Amino acid sequence: MAKRDRLSGNEAVAEALRQINPDVMPAFPITPSTEIPQYFSKFCANGQVDTEFIPVESEHSAMSAAIGAESAGARTVSATSSAGMAYMWEELYLASANRLPIALALVNRALSGPININCDHSDAMGARDAGWIQLFAETNQEAYDNMVQAYRIAEHKDVRLPIMICQDGFITSHAVQNITLMEDEEVRNFVGEYQPEQYLLNPNGTMAVGPYSVSNHYMEARRAQAEAMHNAKDVIKAVAEEFAAVTGRGVAWFEEYAMEDAELAIVLMGSAAGTAKDAVDNLRAAGKKVGLIKIRMFRPFPAEEIAEALKNVKAVALMDRTESFNDHNGPIGADVSTALFRAGKLCETINYVYGLGGRDVRVEDIEKVFADLEEAAANGTNDHYRYMGVRE
Amino acid sequence: MNNMVEIRWHGRGGQGAKTAALLLADVAFQTGKYVQGFPEYGPERMGAPITAFNRISDNDIRVHSNIYEPDYVVVVDESLLDTVDVTAGLKKEGAIVINTDKDKEELLPKLNGYEGEVYVIDAREISVAALGKYFPNTPMLAAIVKVSGVMDRETFMSEMRGSYAHKFASKPEVIDGNMKALEMAFDKVR
Repeated sequence: MAKRDRLSGNEAVAEALRQINPDVMPAFPITPSTEIPQYFSKFCANGQVDTEFIPVESEHSAMSAAIGAESAGARTVSATSSAGMAYMWEELYLASANRLPIALALVNRALSGPININCDHSDAMGARDAGWIQLFAETNQEAYDNMVQAYRIAEHKDVRLPIMICQDGFITSHAVQNITLMEDEEVRNFVGEYQPEQYLLNPNGTMAVGPYSVSNHYMEARRAQAEAMHNAKDVIKAVAEEFAAVTGRGVAWFEEYAMEDAELAIVLMGSAAGTAKDAVDNLRAAGKKVGLIKIRMFRPFPAEEIAEALKNVKAVALMDRTESFNDHNGPIGADVSTALFRAGKLCETINYVYGLGGRDVRVEDIEKVFADLEEAAANGTNDHYRYMGVRE
Repeated sequence: MNNMVEIRWHGRGGQGAKTAALLLADVAFQTGKYVQGFPEYGPERMGAPITAFNRISDNDIRVHSNIYEPDYVVVVDESLLDTVDVTAGLKKEGAIVINTDKDKEELLPKLNGYEGEVYVIDAREISVAALGKYFPNTPMLAAIVKVSGVMDRETFMSEMRGSYAHKFASKPEVIDGNMKALEMAFDKVR
């Protein structure tokens, strides 16, 4: 039986972790993710889980300890944000290259500077090429649901990659909202016991983790890792379908909202998608054919499927909650544009940078984006890289 | 969306405006509503102006922005009237509730010509009388529930008692004081 509750996004992820009861959690506090290890360490102290909680002295150590624990054969989790994840930088790559299915709850926050504690996606985007699966959430509910699904994806024998469960700092992490929780037993049955095929504490299968790789082997290791990321796509879909069968919730790769006959579309991810849905409803009520695609799975990227979903639109806005400083486009802008080009789909695209450092995203802002798209669809545009909600 | 009630809280860091917003979300949830309760964080320090928000609705709430055209505004610290445009966007069909020991007529000049209802309550007097200390957020919570009518008095009091019983499980002696502050505030907001 599902249980109705009201929790912040951080409480929701901590609750999912209590139900999962992982083996090890090394963590170091940083706003706005601090509450996750804070709540979880309480569960440890109260004996509600039997997780080994390691209060390390830095994020560099948190991910190092996670790598050690996961290599040993323990199901491991950590949580961080922004500069905290930046301090894990080298270890992020080691975790994925060593094919360690660690889960990291990433509460998205701007990566300095000027120093800022609020939401944007620059921390996650910096790590988009680090070999981690990345799932994003619109709501506290989706953050919870993604956490419950994390290990089924990461530990799958065809994948064995670390996974980032991302949610928007403060906007969902600190906002109390309605949520539907699974029963503890339901979660335990869904997630299952971790049974690694190879691990350091296995006396019958000695192995080395992280040895030097000469040029003669390195490229094959990377290719195998890329293959795992390719495989993750189908596994994420299968797990999402199984999860939906249990809970009635969720999408696998991305959500299509009012897209059937849409001529103007917006592609985005995270909490702004909820605000944008209200904008879509307002414009639909006024007779405008507008729709929305919300990306859940950013790594791996569902390129062909997104191009297919956009095949009938006249103009599309690609929304990046980060600035890539290439004078050209952001990560979603680049990925979707490439997908459209390869699919032979040439429509007007406008790439927006928005919501940096917690800049509020209003329904009116998104309605203005659609107005821009309408203009671009009618008359074309040479202004393909813009800012939303900035004072000039 | 028409049935959504939006409330904006203005307080100073340390006064519990955020906690009050979360408590309001909590009790409204208990009555079967869809709720949001969230703070806006600036530089985190005691005494700095902070804002918190509530949305309460019969339907699922998807919007994640701050609230710019609230139905109600709660001012937990009267001194904010001098520095913050607390009535910005406030609907004239709505109301503002201010913590003060003054009469509302004295405060009107600071409300930028706001045309809606103005309520005042002396949260300090109530808090000190009921709790022996100054926690303005408890009386202000009861005041906004009464003014907004988001739930009736009996439901609110019963849900708050349940909420306090959970929150103060390790120090039940403070429950009665908090309940008294809520009851007094319900009577005294004017």
